[in-house]
Amino acid sequence: MFVRLPDVSAKDVPITIDGVPFTARAGDTVAAALLVSGRLACRTTPVTGAARGPFCMMGVCFDCLVTIDDRPNQQGCLITVAPGMRISTQRGARAASAGVQ
Amino acid sequence: MTILDVAIVGAGPAGLAAATLCAEHSLSTSLYDEQAGPGGQIYRGIAGSPLARPEILGDDYWHGGSLVAPFTRSGARYVPQATVWSIERRDDGTFAVAITAGPPHARHTLTVEARAVILASGAQERPFPIPGWTLPGVFMAGAVQILLKTSGIIPEGRTVLAGCGPLLWLVASQLLRAGATIDAVLDTTPRGRLRQALAHAPGFLLSPYFARGRELVRTVRRRVRVIEHVTSLAVEGTTAATGARFAVDGQTHSLSIDQLLLHQGVVPDVNLAGAAGCALAWNELQACFAPVVDAWGGTTVPGLYVAGDGAGIAGALAAEASGRLTALAVANALGRIDGSARERAAQRHRRDSAMATRGRLFLDTLYRPADAFRLPEGDTLICRCEEVSAAAIIELARSGCAGPNQAKAFARCGMGPCQGRWCGLTVTELIAHAQRRDPAEVGYYRLRFPIKPIPLGEVAALATTSEAMHAVVRSPD
Repeated sequence: MFVRLPDVSAKDVPITIDGVPFTARAGDTVAAALLVSGRLACRTTPVTGAARGPFCMMGVCFDCLVTIDDRPNQQGCLITVAPGMRISTQRGARAASAGVQ
Repeated sequence: MTILDVAIVGAGPAGLAAATLCAEHSLSTSLYDEQAGPGGQIYRGIAGSPLARPEILGDDYWHGGSLVAPFTRSGARYVPQATVWSIERRDDGTFAVAITAGPPHARHTLTVEARAVILASGAQERPFPIPGWTLPGVFMAGAVQILLKTSGIIPEGRTVLAGCGPLLWLVASQLLRAGATIDAVLDTTPRGRLRQALAHAPGFLLSPYFARGRELVRTVRRRVRVIEHVTSLAVEGTTAATGARFAVDGQTHSLSIDQLLLHQGVVPDVNLAGAAGCALAWNELQACFAPVVDAWGGTTVPGLYVAGDGAGIAGALAAEASGRLTALAVANALGRIDGSARERAAQRHRRDSAMATRGRLFLDTLYRPADAFRLPEGDTLICRCEEVSAAAIIELARSGCAGPNQAKAFARCGMGPCQGRWCGLTVTELIAHAQRRDPAEVGYYRLRFPIKPIPLGEVAALATTSEAMHAVVRSPD
């Protein structure tokens, strides 16, 4: 469990996590927003279906992969929240997308 | 296409110092960094801290501001949110650097050309492969420090830190100052190690880190239960971490936890340097690989340099000096200053480097992680991505597997998205141990571009020759 220090100064940023509204703060990464919203896990692994969540927070481990605005497999710790951002947790492997992003 | 004088990768202390000095020598300089703001991990969030109380992070952190201001004024170009995933040295001695940059909805891929490249991509935390380390609720200690630095977020509930090394104590003290509670610190420094390290104490007594380090440890010890000489550690839980089971003097104990923060030192990021063809060498004391570099950061690939912790762990202040020395070498190589000017300017930075690295032997000896925490056994996962166990690698090694690349082909270890960053050192050491060989001889994974997973469309977007187009476009014949 994680909490935000009461004296932090950063603007509110409205986002949704799995469809549920959440107020993150400017400068939060997606992974930070997930953790402070009470979610330790954000995906399951393609190999055994084990739960995983943010681990290194610096772009190395890829455990914080989430779907952001319909783009799967995004590294939550490298992307900063933006107003209206839609974050979804992932289960298992992603399907290959037909179009080039 | 205009050609840059120097492309620099990484905006931590080495990259910021190098870019500033390169630009001051009238070299056209671009600095590429994966994060949204400058500072690297050590000064993460330095340009936009949300913290109301600067004392939480301490003076050593705020020193990072002194690197950002001159960098901003220097004229060097700064490209944040940019992943450098390929660096190719061409026949004419220049480099083609492939970069994917921009916010998630507008990522674009480009190639820049540069006469010299400085890699300043720093370090990552050393793998800490114990049973249950993949469970949600288990973090590297540096990860929780990043949450504090960038978002003012701290752990709540039952928090335990485990491992060894200066960062473990620093994170503990910062969390305490921020108001977090810590249930225990499980110190894995082996019994007798302090006595070995004391042989190097005279150097450490003169180090700027000595007084501060001693104060950190004392502060934490006054407020937190510190359990020393922990010889084994496992995380309990099924879908999240709920307990830590550990042994001291043959007795097993357990603690209920909400979070476990692990740390046993940091190791150089070798992926870019290795894939670019730089020779790597095993450092036995630091138990890791690092690129082979000369006194100026020059690698075995002409024109390609490594500055800072990426060339061997020495800390943030040494990284700053290393960045400046490398910048002088590049300015000399590209004809901006002659050899004697380079030498004159280098003296100050060499002194800074010597001062910053005093006592490094003491720290490296004291905090070299115990074998038990580098050589896991049984079901313990060593490859987090492909979920490969220690036993699988040990069995392969015993049946004659030639090395990490063959292990990768047989077991898929190192084949996932992290590209071996969390299992590479463990695989090398497990094979070396099982076959009674030297890790230097066993070697590391063969590193290849792209060094980060990128969509195929972004690779295809780079194709510029007809041969390259044929390689990615299906033709009707």
